[in-house]
Amino acid sequence: MDLENQKRIKDASEKFGAENLVVVIGAAEAEAAGLAAETVTAGDPTFAGPLAGVELGLRVYHAVEPEFKDEVDAQIFDDQVGMMEMVLNVDEIIEEMQSIRSQFCKFND
Amino acid sequence: MSRFTGKKIVIIGDRDGIPGPAIEECLKPIDCEVIFSSTECFV
Repeated sequence: MDLENQKRIKDASEKFGAENLVVVIGAAEAEAAGLAAETVTAGDPTFAGPLAGVELGLRVYHAVEPEFKDEVDAQIFDDQVGMMEMVLNVDEIIEEMQSIRSQFCKFND
Repeated sequence: MSRFTGKKIVIIGDRDGIPGPAIEECLKPIDCEVIFSSTECFV
């Protein structure tokens, strides 16, 4: 994940509290989604950015996961995300995200 | 009451996946605050 974004997420979690933050990602590939999710839960796996070694354990979802899709207006979702949802490998993304959350998310609700 | 209600939201969109503004639009009707939204290029 972009180093600048890592810094902003770190600052936001200090300011608002990790329990009040939710990260929503839109990565095109399951692997990239997993890396971003790991960065905001277990820390930067590349040890390059401000979140290296910082286990925030944030709630993190991908925009095509039911955890996001089922919470937002169906029409808006269809207009904004529907097209890409058809192109992306949704099952692979869901599997990757669930795996990261079950291992590293501190807020399992 | 959604899982996003009352939360501070960080959006990390992807130019080749779901861009930040598209995710933002979906969250607009929900009572939550998007504190920042970016669109990364993961390539």
